[in-house]
Amino acid sequence: MSQDHTLNPEVMPSEPEKATLEGKNKFLGFWFFLGGETVLFASLFGTYLALQGSTMGDNTPEKLFGLGLVFIMTMLLLTSSLTSVYAIYHMKNNDFRKMQLWLGITVILGFTFLGFEIYEFYHYIHGYEFTFRSSAFGSAFYTLVGFHGGHVLFGLLWIVTLMVRNAKRGLNLYNAPKFYIASLYWHFIDVVWVFIFTVVYLMGVI
Amino acid sequence: MSSTTMTQKQGFAATLWDYLTTVDHKKIAVLYLIGGGFFFILGGLEALAIRIQLIQPNNDFVSNGFYNEIMTMHGTTMIFLAAMPLIFALMNAVVPLQIGARDVAFPFLNSLGFWLFAFGGILLNCSWFLGGAPDAGWTAYAPLSVVSPGHGVDFYVLGLQISGAGTLIAGINFLVTIINMRAPGMTYMRMPLFTWTTFVVSALILFAFPALTIGLFLLMFDRLFGSGFFDASLGGNSIIWEHLFWIFGHPEVYILILPAFGVFSEVIPTFSKKRLFGYTAMVFATVLIGFLGFMVWAHHMFTVGMGPAANSIFAVATMAIAVPTGIKIFNWLFTLWGGNIKINSAMLWSLGFIPSFTIGGMTGVMVATAPADYQYHDSYFVVAHFHYVIVGGVVFAIFAGLHYWWPKMFGKILNETLGKITFWTFFFGFHLTFMIQHFLGLMGMPRRYAVYLPNQELELGNVISTIGAFLMAFGAIVFVINIIVTTTKGEQVSGDPWNGRTLEWAIPNPVPHYNFKQLPLVRGLDALWIEKTEGRKELAPAEPLDDIHMPNPSILPFVMSLGLFIAGFGFIYQVDHPSWLIVLFIGMGITLGTMFIRSIKDDHGHHIHKEDLDEEAR
Ligand code: HEM
Ligand SMILES: [Cu+2]
Repeated sequence: MSQDHTLNPEVMPSEPEKATLEGKNKFLGFWFFLGGETVLFASLFGTYLALQGSTMGDNTPEKLFGLGLVFIMTMLLLTSSLTSVYAIYHMKNNDFRKMQLWLGITVILGFTFLGFEIYEFYHYIHGYEFTFRSSAFGSAFYTLVGFHGGHVLFGLLWIVTLMVRNAKRGLNLYNAPKFYIASLYWHFIDVVWVFIFTVVYLMGVI
Repeated sequence: MSSTTMTQKQGFAATLWDYLTTVDHKKIAVLYLIGGGFFFILGGLEALAIRIQLIQPNNDFVSNGFYNEIMTMHGTTMIFLAAMPLIFALMNAVVPLQIGARDVAFPFLNSLGFWLFAFGGILLNCSWFLGGAPDAGWTAYAPLSVVSPGHGVDFYVLGLQISGAGTLIAGINFLVTIINMRAPGMTYMRMPLFTWTTFVVSALILFAFPALTIGLFLLMFDRLFGSGFFDASLGGNSIIWEHLFWIFGHPEVYILILPAFGVFSEVIPTFSKKRLFGYTAMVFATVLIGFLGFMVWAHHMFTVGMGPAANSIFAVATMAIAVPTGIKIFNWLFTLWGGNIKINSAMLWSLGFIPSFTIGGMTGVMVATAPADYQYHDSYFVVAHFHYVIVGGVVFAIFAGLHYWWPKMFGKILNETLGKITFWTFFFGFHLTFMIQHFLGLMGMPRRYAVYLPNQELELGNVISTIGAFLMAFGAIVFVINIIVTTTKGEQVSGDPWNGRTLEWAIPNPVPHYNFKQLPLVRGLDALWIEKTEGRKELAPAEPLDDIHMPNPSILPFVMSLGLFIAGFGFIYQVDHPSWLIVLFIGMGITLGTMFIRSIKDDHGHHIHKEDLDEEAR
């Protein structure tokens, strides 16, 4: 009973991410991790809401935020969540090539999002001289949105690593859980963004 | 292979390497014990320095500034670097055995959790040699902590950030272990209470520590990167720190005490030869305490000015916790009632705990009374309160647990005579030190002051308190001697020296590194006791003898944590000179690089073949 054989069964089970004990553990452990991440972001949101009004001047949310750009960013991230669902769908059908393809699209959308975010920050800093240090509102804004951006970057690097590492050997019961939790992470980032969009931008301008 | 080497004598380098790379929960338990024990001694020395300074009015044993550093480091060390790791030592040693598992769910992360704690603690203590330790109290209230000069508070922020990450990882690990790795038949309501408390505490860790993570980040940004979260001149609000700290901080005190409850719930039934009274109620109370623990953080902030409505709500919620806690006290008493009681060191600590902790709970309800707390707050009364619960609860439990599980961890029983000397001196010293502090507080002695004035009738009380502290120190030294004597002279005992009730006592001594040759079939609460009452010596196996899958050792957790340790210095010193950013990048590079290696290098573990298992049995 070699390792190779157990991890590469002739017929892949329909839920390859949970077919081994290690996979089940990863699956559950990652959900718990996301629970902790929720508290992390909740603390950041709480801080942001408390400091939202401390603008120390006229760089206020109403003046800074343009909903157009943020709307495009939201669409990008929401679509990338959808494409990662497709990827996992193909994983469950054991179609490795299509999974890689959809993951690739997810990654491209993610990097585009990140590009817009960097542009946005650049615009605030150079157009309005609104920085991390200009007011408590600035600190809270860049910290909350920046933490999210950092998560996006980490998620992208993670997914790319998985794609490249497994490109040659395809899907097995060892890497399926890894792909699966990476996609969970991606959804989580997406959900957090929906809250950022609502709480920071939408509530900021109206 | 490794199971045979375990019994042989190894060279020092080989042993060191073994422990640096181990992913075995039993060895990680030993590491936590050594690390936590070391910091416990360090924190104890700091406590003695505090008490020497306060032995007489206007004393100048230490300067005011140095006093602040000692007092801050005492609290921080005892909570984060002594109590928590010692509890993790017990959890790691016991929980997988109690649920009939071969290891934890994430052995690699288990090791990572330990090394993060270790390097975080070392980083924090490096501050002593690098310009001064943190001096803003273990609670590091802003704005004091923001303006505190030097790098002390920076070490606090980064040290706790790193060790906190380790704690979070350990919490997730135990949650998944207890949910996924239980032996066949080990339903939730058959789990021993210590496992139950570990379970609930892990959930508390998961939801409490991220609040601290964010608080520490904000403080770090304010101190090192010029943000304005707590800086009023930029519109910041320092109360945010207090909220974030206590949203973490209050659950934290339950993270400490619940496992202690678990320990006593194992020791008392074993040495009363009775089933734990009210098992279901105990489980229910544990869960309820865990839940309510999140609703009460603002009782630390009654005097901040939140207003009467908020104060009342938090006061009532706080007092409500006394109810499930009281249930537990009565259940322990009823377990003792009519039992066939055997008093040894483990039992002495448990019996000493009940009245001591009850006093702490009573003063807890007193300080929870919001209007009265305006009088108690920031006085020695509060110091007395939390030492009664933390020392009388958590530290007593650690001693009880160590006496109780020492034969499981190290194969030998700790010396009883020395154990009793430790208990009586420590117990007596403890009450001497802290009982009088209630009255010092009521007489107006503020906490955290380096000096007090003569002729305010505070002299006698402080002398008594200091004498008590030295008695405790004496007891602790005897305990260390006890460990040395037992290790060198003690005799190996059987795997079940106490006539135990739970699964860990079904394993032979020394515990094989795969724990169970065949996973046991659990048929009820107190699984081993059930078999004993039916005349069997061991549990029926739940599976045929087969190959055993075990995780591989790895040095990566050590390297990952080392990277963060190095990066910590970069973070701290880049404010002085930007070239330190290089150190920051090197450190983060090491950590992220090892994470990358971990991700791309397959780690399938290894198998112990059943032929070898037979071999060993012979
Ligand atoms: C019946 C249960 C308890 C109640 C009602 C209670 C209530 C309180 C209250 C209201 C305070 C704030 C006092 C002030 O600062 O003016 C306090 C402080 C404290 N309590 Fe408790 N407590 C209870 C149990 C515990 C337990 C079990 C622990 C730890 C194992 C604990 C540890 C602490 C600590 C460390 C502080 C001081 C924090 C600081 O300001 O440095 N308490 N408690
Ligand atoms: Cu509290």
